[in-house]
Amino acid sequence: MLSINNLQAQVEDKPILKGLNFTVNPGEVHAIMGPNGSGKSTLGHVLSGREGYEVIGGSAEFCGKDLLAMETEERAREGLFLAFQYPVEIPGVSNMEFLKASVDAVREHRGLPALDAIAFMKQAREMCKAVNLEQSFLKRGVNEGFSGGEKKRNEIMQMMLLEPRLAILDETDSGLDIDALQVVAEGVNSLRAEDRSFIVVTHYQRLLNYIEPDFVHVLAGGQIVKSGDKSLALELEEKGYGWLESEVA
Amino acid sequence: MTSFVDQALAYPTQDSPAWLQGFKQEKTELWQQASFPHRKTEHWKYTNLKALEQGEFFQSPASTHTLDEKALERLAIPGLDTIDLIFINGVFQQHLSTAANDLPEGLNVTRFAEASSQQQDVIQEYLGNVAKDLGHLFVTLNNSHLADGVFVSVDKNTQASKPIRIVQLTSAQAQNFAVAPRLLVVVEEGAEACVIEHFASDDNKQTSFVNAVCEIEVKDNAKLEHYRLHLEHESNLHIGGMHVNLRRDAVLDSFHLALGSVLKRIDVVVNHLGKGAHSNLNGVYLPSNKQHVDYHTCIEHAVPHCTSNEVFRGIISDNAKAVFNGRIHIHKDAQKTLAQLSNKNLLTSNKAEIDTKPELEIYADDVQCAHGATVAQLDDNAMHYLMTRGVSKDDARVMMSFGFINELINQINHEALANYLRPKMAQLFSGKIALLDQAL
Repeated sequence: MLSINNLQAQVEDKPILKGLNFTVNPGEVHAIMGPNGSGKSTLGHVLSGREGYEVIGGSAEFCGKDLLAMETEERAREGLFLAFQYPVEIPGVSNMEFLKASVDAVREHRGLPALDAIAFMKQAREMCKAVNLEQSFLKRGVNEGFSGGEKKRNEIMQMMLLEPRLAILDETDSGLDIDALQVVAEGVNSLRAEDRSFIVVTHYQRLLNYIEPDFVHVLAGGQIVKSGDKSLALELEEKGYGWLESEVA
Repeated sequence: MTSFVDQALAYPTQDSPAWLQGFKQEKTELWQQASFPHRKTEHWKYTNLKALEQGEFFQSPASTHTLDEKALERLAIPGLDTIDLIFINGVFQQHLSTAANDLPEGLNVTRFAEASSQQQDVIQEYLGNVAKDLGHLFVTLNNSHLADGVFVSVDKNTQASKPIRIVQLTSAQAQNFAVAPRLLVVVEEGAEACVIEHFASDDNKQTSFVNAVCEIEVKDNAKLEHYRLHLEHESNLHIGGMHVNLRRDAVLDSFHLALGSVLKRIDVVVNHLGKGAHSNLNGVYLPSNKQHVDYHTCIEHAVPHCTSNEVFRGIISDNAKAVFNGRIHIHKDAQKTLAQLSNKNLLTSNKAEIDTKPELEIYADDVQCAHGATVAQLDDNAMHYLMTRGVSKDDARVMMSFGFINELINQINHEALANYLRPKMAQLFSGKIALLDQAL
């Protein structure tokens, strides 16, 4: 599904990712943990093709294609989804209009017929319900005036609508109360499938109680310094990151 | 070639009622004496009148016109039940307008030509007293050319149940025409009304000059919702304005929209003359190609305890140019005034130009006044966010540009009107000019 080899990236001439390697196979859930400033969010930005995040070495292959050669929107249409840590507010652009444009673009790329307005509305309403968002959110501006939790649930709703092959959740659990955390986790779990993978970037082990990972990686100093199964997350919760850094050194 | 000033003097205006002759005569003399704006005239610094001076206007008005059938359809606002007064090339179209006997009680709509003697008295009381000649040369021009105006009045404590819409359409036969529409609205104490000024043109071939002036008096505790929509084609020149007096606790909600044209200049003046008066002024301007739009707004706070809130936004594309001058004048006695002004602009090309200037003049010491003007390009974060959802860069740009002004369209009280305007705006941003022409 996703194969990252020796990926190096910089922001404003400052190297952040310093030779990252890992592979995600279909159906797998990978958790990426690590201290602040280790490059976790940068990874999401680089994979989504954000301007200002410059790849200076290595490769990333997504479903057999060169991910880094694609434009941001192409990556999305190919089935890559990034749930933002800080979803952007876009006043004046209605959530509904935005979702429709998004679903239309993705469906067209996948050779699926466009959904008519009624079918789309129906689906959007169902998804709203699934993530426990009021229907009125569809009419409001994209993330405009949404609370932190509502923004994150909106991200999950978009993910459910777009049915990606690979979803990267960038600290989707930050700022969420337990109820919202469960909603997010249920959204993810409902989408888990043999041909769909997830990369869950998080600071806390708690989310992983709800979304059970197959692998846990620790990102520190722009590299993966340790990988393991879900028990690694528990160990980190207990000991912090300090022991790893000294172990690597 | 005769100068514009002389052309205007020679213009054979349409017949106007005898009781207005004195007024017109006086204003014609004023026009003759006034000095025509030039590059160094402060309030015309960024708006060049060359298109007006080089044009040949003021030809005799034609009595006939042919209209594309679809032109009328395009004027209709589906789902909005309005009292319509339709003018084509400045001439009233009885058969297209709402019949006079269909007016709700307490609402009076008449043309100057048909005003009763009682109405004539009211018209004469206000005409030229809300819109002052001083500093507004094109008000003087309109005064001197006054032919047949519209007078709307709402009786005391009456809520007009339907919006009144005055449509000014120029047709293909209006080549080189000058039209000087006039509107006077008087909302009596405690009354409420909604007035829509709708300007449109039938095709993009004719070059005409519209000089429309609107005067509004909103009395104590009265409320007026007002729209001024400039949906004319590119070749249509327009210099006009809206002038309002607000009395004690009066409320004005006014929305302005202008597509660009060769030359478009709108002056908006709101005089807060009674304590507790409040005005909301929203506006959108969208020049593209080589068009020009100029909004000069002036909020006068003459008495204490009034509030004003003004938000104008513009998207300037291609080689277009926009001018925004937002003046707030707080007089010595106007303590406890709360005045806000925001002007945001989006430039979508390197050659687009905006000259924006907030102009604050404050003589009272206990007031709150906030203003801001920004010029920006589209937000990269938001663009990226849309693209991570599969939306193409072009589409994202369109959605965001549209969103920028849709925020103001969303505030329009009448959903049907917002729905009428939205697709017109949306088409503008997708660069489908041909489609836009159809939609106009």
